[in-house]
Amino acid sequence: MISNWGGGVSPFGIGHKKLGMWLFILSDSLTFGALLMSYGYMRLASEAWAKPFTFSPSIIFSTVMTFCLLTSSLTMVMAVAASANGDRAKMVKWILATMIAGLAFVVLHLIEWQHLIAEGLRPFSVPVEWGENLSPMFGATFFTITGLHMLHVLSGVIYLGVTAVRKRATHEDVEVSGLYWHFVDLVWMFVFPLIYLLSIKY
Amino acid sequence: MVWLWLIVLTAIEVFLGYIHVPLAILLVSVIGLSVVKAVLIMAYFMHLKFERLGLILTIVPAMVVCILLFLLFFPDGFRAFNLKAF
Repeated sequence: MISNWGGGVSPFGIGHKKLGMWLFILSDSLTFGALLMSYGYMRLASEAWAKPFTFSPSIIFSTVMTFCLLTSSLTMVMAVAASANGDRAKMVKWILATMIAGLAFVVLHLIEWQHLIAEGLRPFSVPVEWGENLSPMFGATFFTITGLHMLHVLSGVIYLGVTAVRKRATHEDVEVSGLYWHFVDLVWMFVFPLIYLLSIKY
Repeated sequence: MVWLWLIVLTAIEVFLGYIHVPLAILLVSVIGLSVVKAVLIMAYFMHLKFERLGLILTIVPAMVVCILLFLLFFPDGFRAFNLKAF
């Protein structure tokens, strides 16, 4: 009978880096879940909530941003596949494509922020032109949730860059950075409808 | 491919945002579609479907709990609204 204490056995059959990343993803999901829950709670409990997202530019921008992230996930899958085949050059190429899509997301998002700030949105006040009696918490929830997500995207881009250039990066390292990147996309799948699509200005 | 499905589901969500359905139906369908997208991403992009069963059983119930925690406090939101606690 093989004793696990002898060593050489991995829990779930995956390496420690991959397991660590999955556990981190679990905890980060709870963080975003908590933020989204507080946003939902505040929105339910207020009389009126701002609905400022016009089709152009806000919904167009955010839909393009969603497309960017989904495509970056696809290029990441390609990068992991290339790394599994031992093709290092292709792997770097696909990771570069992923990083570019991620940076496009951040740039578009910052432009979105700049639009809203120019209209007068601040963390604890909404512009008067948007309507009467609107909850002042719109800005706080919007900037916190999208800002934290943007930070994750940015750090993800840096993480991917480091993984691509590291000479000693193994296939497992590429897989693990891919896991993080897909997680960032996953969070956006929830943030996009709950923050943007529920506040469309008709 | 999975990517195409994700794009299609996103397009459906954006479309749903624009037709005037009652808020409850919009919320349920949008959260439901997002969960489907999340499951697709976790299973195929993050490769969870092809890992050992033990890992799947570790991650999936935790994600379910995460989503339930998200939904659990909403009735309290309605109560707070009726109290006009703000």
